[in-house]
Amino acid sequence: MATRRYSAFAVAREATRYHSGWERAWASPAPKAKYDVIVVGAGGHGLATAYYLGRNHGIRNVAVVEKGWLGGGNTGRNTTIIRSNYLQDASAAIYEKARSLYENLSQDLNMNVMFSPRGVLMLAQTEHEVRGWKRTAHANVLQGIPTEFIGPKRVKEIVPIMNIDGPRYPVLGALWQARGGTARHDAVAWGYARACSAMGMDIIQNCEVTGVRQSGGQVTGIETTKGAIGCGKLAIVVAGHSGRLADMAGFRLPVESVALQALVSEPIKPCMDVVVMANTVHGYMSQSDKGEMVIGGGADSFNNFTQRGSFHHVEETVRALCETFPIITRLKMLRQWGGIVDMTGDRSPILSKTPLGNCFINCGWGTGGFKAIPGSGWAMAELVAKGEPGPLSAEFGLDRFREGRFIDESVAAGVAH
Amino acid sequence: MLRLTCPYCGAAADETELTPGGEAHLTRHGPGSSDEAFEGYLFLRKNPYGVHFERWRHAHGCGKWFHAARDTRSLQVFGTYSAQVTRPPQDIIDRIAATHPGFDWEAGQ
Ligand SMILES: Cc1cc2nc3c(=O)[nH]c(=O)nc-3n(C[C@H](O)[C@H](O)[C@H](O)COP(=O)(O)OP(=O)(O)OC[C@H]3O[C@@H](n4cnc5c(N)ncnc54)[C@H](O)[C@@H]3O)c2cc1C
Ligand SMILES: [Zn+2]
Repeated sequence: MATRRYSAFAVAREATRYHSGWERAWASPAPKAKYDVIVVGAGGHGLATAYYLGRNHGIRNVAVVEKGWLGGGNTGRNTTIIRSNYLQDASAAIYEKARSLYENLSQDLNMNVMFSPRGVLMLAQTEHEVRGWKRTAHANVLQGIPTEFIGPKRVKEIVPIMNIDGPRYPVLGALWQARGGTARHDAVAWGYARACSAMGMDIIQNCEVTGVRQSGGQVTGIETTKGAIGCGKLAIVVAGHSGRLADMAGFRLPVESVALQALVSEPIKPCMDVVVMANTVHGYMSQSDKGEMVIGGGADSFNNFTQRGSFHHVEETVRALCETFPIITRLKMLRQWGGIVDMTGDRSPILSKTPLGNCFINCGWGTGGFKAIPGSGWAMAELVAKGEPGPLSAEFGLDRFREGRFIDESVAAGVAH
Repeated sequence: MLRLTCPYCGAAADETELTPGGEAHLTRHGPGSSDEAFEGYLFLRKNPYGVHFERWRHAHGCGKWFHAARDTRSLQVFGTYSAQVTRPPQDIIDRIAATHPGFDWEAGQ
């Protein structure tokens, strides 16, 4: 399928003919008998993996197999915060790679992903947090990632609607990453899908993987609701469902799946042009282009596959945010939803070879993997293409748990983000 | 909101009254175990899509730890039971088998 470029000219052309010329953004083929690489899961990470396999490594005989619709998992359910101000070097490297790829992603994919580097403020509301964020700011200097620790006066200048005086949650300062921001989640999935389809890859939706075929310790294919499909290599990229796929492939993971929720308010006039995260009170907020206040909070703490979440988390999050943002107290909630996130013990992802030969896994992004999509796809494609991890993914192997080499981000990522 | 009945004090406790303690019936490994066994005990989890056995604490009640059997897809609770056992009571296994034909506790261990 030849893909026509999106451009201002295309919009003008279509405007003159009742928009009758727009084509489907990606093809919907039946599966072939065999592919060089099958990616399971058409979320952002799976689609980006396929895209960079084609773009960076010339591997284009690729299928992305998705049980529902593409982008219908966490990629289409998250609050789209993008930042790279992590503490550990390995994390900073992969998240910053992703953030920098986001800057040109609309041009790369020829799809407007609405990347908005509006700035991310991470509030310090206790003395411990002040010290924690100062430490992160110092680490970021060494990693070459521009962030700074700013005082409460500056915070108030950046976000005038904020109450910094407390008394319960005074704002003592914040970690400020001016080049962080948001992007449109659906467009990220759609843009990668369209670019993959244009390279001749097959995106197979409504096709659930039900089994992994192997012979002599090597993967040979998958079983699906649309029949068996053979593959040379398999990349499992299914977030909350990683445990199920690992079970099919015959290994266990250090991952637990829990529900994480978000909610949006009714739309209001522009009142806050940055992202604010408040980890102590487990809440964060930004304003969408439509004017809704987008709010996220804590995850359920028990294993759960219902994409709902427990209501008391909404109550706790909103209660705490109301103290810091008094203007939101009278807003109505418009909708609430949940996604199933894949949590690891050190709150860092897994990009790894697995005990099954030629089978690779990318998971464990938990509450914060939207920001990582381009970097993760980049690193995963390299791992799958070469069979060995490259510099971005080397630290994120499964063996780190056995060897005690944790990439501890529970400080930087103490709250869902 | 999830509700579990504490098998010790009998209270029907809301989730906010309880603290989850993760997967139940793990075999504890310590000094002298192999690296594999220790990794399995500390980190690797079943994380099942379906029937799950877990530990909970009645934190804002009697304070005791107990076990619960629950379906992670539907949040259906099959029952709660003592923390002192290494196998769920037969009546709970029967209740699970009634809605999950072919359920086999031993095979899942
Ligand atoms: C409420 C919420 C808020 C969040 N906020 C942020 C944020 O602000 N910033 C941030 O960076 N991150 C955030 N995240 C995390 C982020 O959404 C995820 O880390 C990221 O989207 C994961 O992408 P993925 O491609 O790995 O998974 P997904 O998008 O979930 O894709 C996995 C896909 O695999 C498919 N699949 C599963 N099983 C099978 C099977 N058997 N066969 C075939 N296909 C299968 C699923 O249907 C799904 O489409 C948030 C998450 C949630 C839930
Ligand atoms: Zn009790």
